Amino acid sequence: MTEAPILEIRGLSVEFRSEGAWHAAVRGVDLAIQRNQTHAIVGESGSGKSVTALAVMGLLPQQSGRIQSGSIMLEGRELIGLSEQVLDKIRGKQVAMIFQEPMTALNPTMPVGQQIAEAVRAHRCCDASSAWNEAQRMLDLVRVPSAAQRMRDYPHQFSGGMRQRVMIAIALACQPRLLLADEPTTALDVTIQAQVLSLIEDLKREYGLAVMFITHNLGVVALIADCVSVMYAGEIVETASVNELFAAPKHPYTEALLASMPRVDRDGQLEPIGGIVPSIREIGAGCTFAPRCALAIERCHSMRPPLMEVAPERTVRCWVRGVAA
Amino acid sequence: MSATTAVAQAPQGWVRRFRNNPTSLVGLAIFLAVILAAVFAPWIWPVDPLEQDVVERLVGPSLAHPLGTDSFGRDVLARLLHAGRISLLIGISSIALAMLVGSAIGIAAGYIGGWFDAMVTSLLDVLLSFPTLLLGLMVVAMLGSSVENLVLAIALTELAPFARVARAPTIALKNRDFIEAGRALGFSDLRLVVVHIIPNLISDVIVVASLWLAAAIRTEASLSFIGLGVKPPTPTWGGMIREGFENILDAPWLAVAPGLAILITVLGINLLGDGLRDAIDPKVRND
Repeated sequence: MTEAPILEIRGLSVEFRSEGAWHAAVRGVDLAIQRNQTHAIVGESGSGKSVTALAVMGLLPQQSGRIQSGSIMLEGRELIGLSEQVLDKIRGKQVAMIFQEPMTALNPTMPVGQQIAEAVRAHRCCDASSAWNEAQRMLDLVRVPSAAQRMRDYPHQFSGGMRQRVMIAIALACQPRLLLADEPTTALDVTIQAQVLSLIEDLKREYGLAVMFITHNLGVVALIADCVSVMYAGEIVETASVNELFAAPKHPYTEALLASMPRVDRDGQLEPIGGIVPSIREIGAGCTFAPRCALAIERCHSMRPPLMEVAPERTVRCWVRGVAA
Repeated sequence: MSATTAVAQAPQGWVRRFRNNPTSLVGLAIFLAVILAAVFAPWIWPVDPLEQDVVERLVGPSLAHPLGTDSFGRDVLARLLHAGRISLLIGISSIALAMLVGSAIGIAAGYIGGWFDAMVTSLLDVLLSFPTLLLGLMVVAMLGSSVENLVLAIALTELAPFARVARAPTIALKNRDFIEAGRALGFSDLRLVVVHIIPNLISDVIVVASLWLAAAIRTEASLSFIGLGVKPPTPTWGGMIREGFENILDAPWLAVAPGLAILITVLGINLLGDGLRDAIDPKVRND
């Protein structure tokens, strides 16, 4: 890893306002994504995965959300504190995002070809006809059958998987360096999921993208990720390469997560994780997972563990496992 | 959805859907007929609508006067056709004005939100609390009755419905994923509003426009009826009903003819509006 990462997040904390007080939804997130790399962020609902992505896009809700501290570097450029006008030039051009719901993320009153062409024109070229041609090339690239004929179709004439392809075509229309995928396959059925995942994988290689892939599906992670960060209650609790994570999870939460997932190579009962994720309003002084953790020692309840490097490119936020290793 | 239907789906596909709907065609035919009759009035029935004839007063329908004459001996058919010009002109221009200004206000309020929205909404509520006719009456009484002032007055009475109809979907749309997606592509607010929000609510606005065009024509007629419309002797439908009212027992055609004209026009416009909504709105399409 000699190359500078495309995206580097340092100590990112995001707060949301709720009933008049600010509460941290994301605390001290560190993350680096290289070119040609897919970095998965895994976690339960409300663990701060999507908030992290929105912070990178500069799309946090203006009245109720704010970045409290930290730095987000995109190809060596600090994004935090840039004006909306400057961000508008970066969004779409250097960073693009695909959303969870392909059903609602397309404008229902505009033919898909026009929507792709609009994205092309927003940042790249050019006159309407070459944008149209480029849009058609993109639609073909994301393997929509008979792309030329489907350019004038409206989103409601496409199936969910096809719409997600259109979304990807729009996102990649300006050849971004970083693609944020916020659970892009959650709304799709399994076979379509696999197709869309392999499409993202192929395009990643073709364009040399850095991909931040947000999901709660560990099966998907195993399939496409190079690196994985596990988030719990707004913090990254473990970062590892995908093989290491599945072979030897360090953090008790990761362990519990893997134990609660059905696997073909293992028999026996699934083990649910007892308790629930703490609300962002009731984060205590200690480790956020301590109340649900079987290994918790006294220290876990009183002191928040830092991310500890247990091996190269491998960090874990745990007093028990981090230090012992 | 096969590929063949997809090919047939040209961008102008709504024209085809509109054509396949008989009621909207009837509405269009009526509306066009009314407009043509108004525009070509001097050629269709080349009689001066202002020329009086003391001998031929209150004559019933005949070949010389298909709709009879009024108490000044003026030809009712000629007056009816010429009145259509004024009534349609005022109706259409006031609705166009109300639609432009009203939707702009509504979209701005919905999109910007916050205190601005609260302020605009309460102002609109104040405007809405006045009965249409009373508000129009006040404005005309203040400004004096001319065609321009009537247009202004009627537009003002119909501002609030347009603002409301544009505001509600704007609020719903601005939180939709595709607007967020557009923002993620670096589109400006102006672009998001013009290219992505307006096309999604235009069908609602058009239906309201058709509904309120009919209402505008009625308001104009009402104002003329109570004597606050365009000054006589210029014929308007409302004015004609008022004049005919005085002789309704002896010469009922004087009030009935302009009344029917209003009825037919309003009916045609409403059918047209419904047809347009069905054809334009992708949400109610079933292909």
